[in-house]
Amino acid sequence: MLLVFLFSCSILFGKIDMNIIKTLSIILITFVIIAGITVPMVPQPQSILEFTDIPGLGDTARIIFFHVPAAWVSVLGFLISLYYGFKYLKNKRYDDDIKSVSAAGLGMLFCILALVTGSLWAKFTWGSFWNWDPRETSIFILLLIYGAYFALRSALGMDELRARLSAVYAILAGLTVPFFIFVMPRIIGGLHPGAEGDISGSTPIMQLHMPLNMLLVLSTGLIGFTFLFIWLFNVRIRAMRIEHQFLIKDY
Amino acid sequence: MKDIRSELRVRYALNALLMFVVTSLAAIVIALVDSELNPEILSAIFWIVILFSAMSGLSRIFVSEEERGTTLVLQLVASPSAVYFGKLIFNCCLTLILSSAVTLLYIISFPAFIIRSMPVFLCTVFLGSLGFASASTIIAAIIAKAQAKNTLFTALAFPVLAPLLVTVIYSTSLSIQGGDWGESVPQFQLMIGYLFVVIGFSFLVFDFVWKD
Repeated sequence: MLLVFLFSCSILFGKIDMNIIKTLSIILITFVIIAGITVPMVPQPQSILEFTDIPGLGDTARIIFFHVPAAWVSVLGFLISLYYGFKYLKNKRYDDDIKSVSAAGLGMLFCILALVTGSLWAKFTWGSFWNWDPRETSIFILLLIYGAYFALRSALGMDELRARLSAVYAILAGLTVPFFIFVMPRIIGGLHPGAEGDISGSTPIMQLHMPLNMLLVLSTGLIGFTFLFIWLFNVRIRAMRIEHQFLIKDY
Repeated sequence: MKDIRSELRVRYALNALLMFVVTSLAAIVIALVDSELNPEILSAIFWIVILFSAMSGLSRIFVSEEERGTTLVLQLVASPSAVYFGKLIFNCCLTLILSSAVTLLYIISFPAFIIRSMPVFLCTVFLGSLGFASASTIIAAIIAKAQAKNTLFTALAFPVLAPLLVTVIYSTSLSIQGGDWGESVPQFQLMIGYLFVVIGFSFLVFDFVWKD
C-alpha cells in the first residue's frame, strides 16, 4: 500500500510521460480483469493458477479485485484534493484549484464505484445492500462530503472566492473524518475484516491473510487503478487549463 | 459592539427557534402516542430535534449581515478574530438555550425519558451543543456568499456534524440507561477533541473566508 502511494507521489510530482502511464494502466487493468475473472476457485489450490475458495464467499470474492482499488482511489483522490486545496490557500495560484477540483471529481467517481461494488457484494454475502457497518458509513460520509463540495462550488459564482471557500470546506470536512473512523467501530459492530470481534483475528490490512496469487492480482489492481487515476487526473487538468484560458480571453 | 449586535438579533431569532422546537416536538409526540420507546430512539429523536432547529437558526448568523449590508462595516471596524469569536459565542449561547429548551420540553412530554445518570447527560448536552455551534459558525461563514444558502447549509453541515451527532446520540442513550462516568469518558474526550480541532481550524482559516 505504502509503496503504491510513494510511487504514485513520485509520478504526480515528477515529469513522467503520460503515455507510459496510460499504456501501463491499460495493461495492468486488463491483466486484473482476465486473471480475476477466469482463474478458477478451488478448495485446495495446487498451482499458481488456482485461487483458494473462501467458504461462504465463493465466486463473489472476485469483486474484491475491483472494489478495494476503487475505494483506495476514492480516498487517494480526496487526499490529493486536500493537498492542493491547502496549497491554493497558501499560494493563491489558480492552477492549484484546478488540480484540487479535478482530483475531487475523480475521487467522487471512484467513490460511487466503490459504493456500488461494495453494496452488490454485501447483498450476496451479508444479505442486504446496506448494513451501516463502520466502513460502509465512512465511505457514505465521504460521498456526502464530495457531494457537498460540488454543491458549494456550483453555488459560488466568482472563481477566486469559489476556490478559496471550497478549499476551506474540503479541509474542514477532512479534519472531521478521523473522528468518525475513531467513533464508529465502538458503537456498531463491523462486518468488514479487521473489525472488532472478527473471529479470524485479521488486522485492518486484510490483504495480509490472502494467498499470494490473489494478493498479486489485488496489488496489480491497486497499481493499475492508481495509474488510471493519474492519467485521468492529468487529462482533466489539461482540459480545465484550456477551458480557463478561453474564459480569460473572453473577458 | 458585537455583544450589542447579538443582543439585538436574539429577540427575533430566539422566538422563531423556540417555536420551531415546540412544533417539531409536538409533531413527534403526536406521531408516537402510545408506542414503546427505548433509550436509543429517545436519544436519537432528542438530538435530531436539536440538529434541525440548530441548522435553521445558526445558518442565519452571517447571512443576516450580508443581507443587511453590514458585512463591509464589520470588516472595516473589527478584526477577523474578534468577529469570529463574537459570532462563535453568540452561536454557542443560542444552541445552549435551544438544547435546554428541548431538554425541558422533552422531560415533560415523554414519561419514558428518565435520565439515570444526570452528570453524564448534562455534560453531553453541554459539549454537544458547543460542538454543533462551533462547526456551524464556520460553515455559516462559508455559505454567506453563496446562492441558495439555507439548503446548502444543511448539505454542507451534515458530513461535518455526523461524527459528533453519532457520538452524542450514543452518549445520551448511555446516560438514559444509567451508564457510569467511566464508560462515557471516551465520548467526552472525543467531543472535546472535536471542539478544539474545529475551533482551531476555523480560527486559522477565518481570514480566507471573511475577506472579500
